[in-house]
Amino acid sequence: MKTTLKSIVLLTALFASNVYLFAGGGDSKHENTEEGFDAVKVIMHHIADAHEFHILDYVDDQGVEHPVSLPLPVILYTDGNLDVFMSSEFDHGHADVVRGDRTYRLDHGHITELSGLHPLDLSITKNVFSMFLSMVIILLIFITVGRSYRKGNGVPSGLASFMEPLVLFVRDDIAIPNIGKKADRFLPYLLTVFFFIWINNLIGLVPFFPGSSNLTGNISFTITLAIITFLITNLNGNKDYWKHIFATPGVPVWLAPIMIPVELMGIFAKPIALLIRLFANITAGHIIILSLISLIFIFKTVMIAPVSVGFVLFMNVLELLVAALQAYIFTLLSALFIGMAVAEHEHH
Amino acid sequence: MGPLAAIGAGLAVIGAGLGIGKIGGSAMEGIARQPEATSKIQTAMIIAAALVEGVALFAVVVSLLVAG
Repeated sequence: MKTTLKSIVLLTALFASNVYLFAGGGDSKHENTEEGFDAVKVIMHHIADAHEFHILDYVDDQGVEHPVSLPLPVILYTDGNLDVFMSSEFDHGHADVVRGDRTYRLDHGHITELSGLHPLDLSITKNVFSMFLSMVIILLIFITVGRSYRKGNGVPSGLASFMEPLVLFVRDDIAIPNIGKKADRFLPYLLTVFFFIWINNLIGLVPFFPGSSNLTGNISFTITLAIITFLITNLNGNKDYWKHIFATPGVPVWLAPIMIPVELMGIFAKPIALLIRLFANITAGHIIILSLISLIFIFKTVMIAPVSVGFVLFMNVLELLVAALQAYIFTLLSALFIGMAVAEHEHH
Repeated sequence: MGPLAAIGAGLAVIGAGLGIGKIGGSAMEGIARQPEATSKIQTAMIIAAALVEGVALFAVVVSLLVAG
């Protein structure tokens, strides 16, 4: 009972820190201009990708604002020229950066070239930074686990005894029931996807500096994962899989002009549903949490804060469940699609 | 387009509410009939609910695109 109470207090404090960081994060610009609080703008700023990792703002004695952020490298490929510099040179969008005859301007998170060239933006953005962070975490976890198996002759100890049930869960409850005999071949991909999505979801839920990015709620990220699933599914598709698409058994030939387009659409619809589900779930989670905090600034009173923080705590705990659930669903559906492609059908 | 997007989001919520409500209701019935199968029913319920939620979120994405 005591520990429960303690953990609730701790969690509340953690998520109350959301409010503090949030207050510094986006609305400060609007406070100065007496414009009122634009919740949509602030929320969109928080869920979008950025060229710097904004940590907080503080106001000094003279009332001047100082944003504190981690500058990230900008890598641009324009017209055969590679330009690399730190995003701090943009001075939070107040200054243009000149490289040779190219002038770059940061406009609402997008870099534009003033003379009309189209730079290819390969920068290490906030999301890329967050992805590197999750890679480091995943490598640390699994190298430690792998080493402990080697040392203990296959007996799990420490972290390994925590990870083993999770790995077994992916194998026994996701891969084998859906794919069958060939499950072991696809297990490395399924495990990677499961832990990668899960850990990135969790990093996104941490309300302060190294976390708080919206990586799994970024459509490019989910598109990439869905394309990998799409390729694995279709490159491993056996004769039966393609036969069911181009000559569905038991369907009259004259229906083929309808059946083939529908089946072909099905091939693409599956990964598209997969990518939108992950993207929308995580983005919606972030938006709900940010909206609840926005209530304090919309009503302009501290009285609403306990309600907001309470709801945010509730939503954050719910999002912990969603984080694991979406990783599970993505892996499960990937396994299901792969299973459909490699299944040996019994012919009647 | 803002109000239209809001109406769209509201309609999607009606659909998702009905869907998740039906799943939850059936799961309750199932658990009441067979309390020993609770954990299995719960897992299946959560998966089905997440799938319904995913469909509702498609509508949210469309609303976001229209409003933004």
